[in-house]
Amino acid sequence: MEDIHRKAFLDEAFDLLHELEAALLELEDSPEDHELVNRVFRAMHTLKGSGAMFGFDDIAQFTHEVETVFDKVRSGEAQVTKRLLDLTFEARDHVKLLLDHDGEDLSAFVPQAERILEGFRSLGSGAGAAAPEAAPAVRNVCLPETPDSTGSVFRVRLKPTPGIYATGNNPEFLLEDLKGLGPSMVFAHIEGIPPLRELDPQNCHVWWDVLLTTDVSESCIRDVFIFAEDECSYSIQGVEGTDDTELKRLGEILVDRGDITPEGVTKALSSQKRLGAILSEAGLLSDKSVETALAEQGLVKDRLEQKKGPDAASSLRVSTTKLDLLQDLVGELVIVQAQIRQLAPSLGNPLMLTLAEQLERLSDDIRDSTLAIRMLTIGTTFSTYRRLVRDLSTEMGKEIDLVTNGEETELDKTVLDHLGDALIHLLRNSIDHGVESPAEREAAGKSRRGTIRLSAEHSGGDVVIRVEDDGKGIDPDKVRKRAVERGLINPADELGLSETLELIFLPGFSTAQTVSSVSGRGVGMDVVKRVVNTMRGSIEVDSDLGRGSTITIRLPLTLAIIDGLQVKVGGQSFVMPLDAVEECVELDRALMGADSKGRIINLRGDVVPFISMREWFSLPGKGPEIEQVVVLRIEGARVGMVVDHVVGEHQTVIKSLGPAFRKLEGFSGATIQGDGTMSLILDVKRIVRMVLDKHR
Amino acid sequence: MKTIMTVDDSASIRQMVAFTLKNAGYAVIEAVDGKDALSKLQGKVDMVITDLNMPNMDGISLIKGVRAQAAYKFIPIVMLTTESQAGKKQEGKDAGATGWIVKPFKPEQLLAVVQKVLR
Repeated sequence: MEDIHRKAFLDEAFDLLHELEAALLELEDSPEDHELVNRVFRAMHTLKGSGAMFGFDDIAQFTHEVETVFDKVRSGEAQVTKRLLDLTFEARDHVKLLLDHDGEDLSAFVPQAERILEGFRSLGSGAGAAAPEAAPAVRNVCLPETPDSTGSVFRVRLKPTPGIYATGNNPEFLLEDLKGLGPSMVFAHIEGIPPLRELDPQNCHVWWDVLLTTDVSESCIRDVFIFAEDECSYSIQGVEGTDDTELKRLGEILVDRGDITPEGVTKALSSQKRLGAILSEAGLLSDKSVETALAEQGLVKDRLEQKKGPDAASSLRVSTTKLDLLQDLVGELVIVQAQIRQLAPSLGNPLMLTLAEQLERLSDDIRDSTLAIRMLTIGTTFSTYRRLVRDLSTEMGKEIDLVTNGEETELDKTVLDHLGDALIHLLRNSIDHGVESPAEREAAGKSRRGTIRLSAEHSGGDVVIRVEDDGKGIDPDKVRKRAVERGLINPADELGLSETLELIFLPGFSTAQTVSSVSGRGVGMDVVKRVVNTMRGSIEVDSDLGRGSTITIRLPLTLAIIDGLQVKVGGQSFVMPLDAVEECVELDRALMGADSKGRIINLRGDVVPFISMREWFSLPGKGPEIEQVVVLRIEGARVGMVVDHVVGEHQTVIKSLGPAFRKLEGFSGATIQGDGTMSLILDVKRIVRMVLDKHR
Repeated sequence: MKTIMTVDDSASIRQMVAFTLKNAGYAVIEAVDGKDALSKLQGKVDMVITDLNMPNMDGISLIKGVRAQAAYKFIPIVMLTTESQAGKKQEGKDAGATGWIVKPFKPEQLLAVVQKVLR
């Protein structure tokens, strides 16, 4: 490739020498002609520029000095003289000589070149010309080695001038380039956008704060702005403290950034609200500034904690009894707090209101940290299972790998303890009934080694735990046969695939033909299901014959306290878990018509079936003229629950129902409301399922 | 495909720039000076790379001429310059240039700059 360009340059250079000669001859006749001087200059300039491009360094260096002199002539600093023209002719011939000997050793021509250049230098009034600058256009491109979070954190503030677009620069590209350097958080400040009437869409009115975590140096970040230096003001600051520096307070960060003066912070601190809220309310700075500063604080805090690592954090073993007690007490506190909050407005005392608000904030924080104490990562139990799979598979002559995922998922300690046995049972099932022996697997065209996947993840308000194997799956025909044998279903019953698979959760069901040393210990899937249900969770089975089966357990994130929606039906108060609630709408009887069977509502064009709680619980009395429908999302489908009216949202402390109520279905517990009355917490999933079963 | 106009009175530079850009998948329009460039500036042109010293119309005037047309008001314009003096760069930037490339440059440097300003 180089060669084609060299060839092109040679052709061009000979043309240029012609042009140069012609221009020089004319210049001799009319030395005042400015355009002729320009022609000579351009010829030399092109020889220099292109020569350097294609490796003709001798020519580039030589012509550079000639060009310099002609630049002076151009700008009127030097005159066209006979001596200058003579020298230039010589120079032209010298360049031709160099071109003619392209590819040969040119050292013999150096003294001659020096002599000519010496002549030019003496003309150029002693102004020694510098060697041509070979500054590369682009500095080495900076690339992060691996864009991860181990680098440093920089706070980059980019304020483009309004006219930045007019230079073909685009702040969006700058942001993209920054993001290319590592994980970033970008905050746009849009306060400067004028009202629509005054808006000039050709101007940039937005500016940005970027929190960039990167391995590259500050100068590499600076390189991003190389073309935009005049079109924007930008600043790059490292924000990370070293391990032993104190975590910066919001105020310090804002002062650092120049968003506010220290006096402003002091003034704000004298009142009691959170600094960010005060500053923005007072109009001292925008919400965005507070938001970005808070994000920065959070990021640095996370990183400091990360650096300290698990080892550095000292831990303390506390008996679960003490934690349970603490949690109970916090539960009581939350209830009292709810009572005070309900009461405070009616007292009409502003001080009381403030105190109630402060109490709420405190009790929220206490609740959160108490629950956090109880949270453990599920990964701590995974190693036990690895050992179990290893031992059992060896015992049974099977080759099985256990792959685990989501070790970092946190679960309440109580949940984790309860879950342990259930998971062991599921794993045993997979090893015993699921994964085939190496020989069987090979015969079925599978790899000798089977895989069991144990994974945990957060999904909405739930924790989802899956045990998945690539074994032979569950044969629905066998399940059906066994269920009939055990008298669990009638031979005439028609069941779909998922219903058939559900049968394995029935008490007294076991697909094992023979009792092996690992299964058939009296713990069946029914026990697993019961354990999961006591934790207000659900369990599902899915199987693909010949390919494996998956058991999915869904558990609510925390056991003790949920966000609840309080509703009233027939004077009774109930609570629904808020995470299942999508919206509340009015049910206008007039619109439903007389057909009482039409248990559906039209929700903006969607058909949503509903359950009347008054009927379901056989509550006396008649509902109000306009009832309310709480639209729930349960297992992907929308279902409405008709109630008399919706009271509102409350933190709900779950108190389990005593053994006397064990047979009561459809409730997951009870709670004490702010006004001291008791409400039942509805197990909405279960109710929906019971209604479906009844109508089947 | 993005179209880039390369403007240079040096045929070898034009060839090298065009060759490099075409290899990288760009369409290229070549012009020998500012005047030629302005006459060819129509339809889809996504970027201009121009030399500064040219006969008939120099790079600075060309940049002003391109920016004056509504359709090309915001396209990136990169100037090729052997002058590393801040003055010339500033003059170009004031006329509306997006960035600059200092000659001599390597093909990959040219591409790096193009990729920086044209997306």
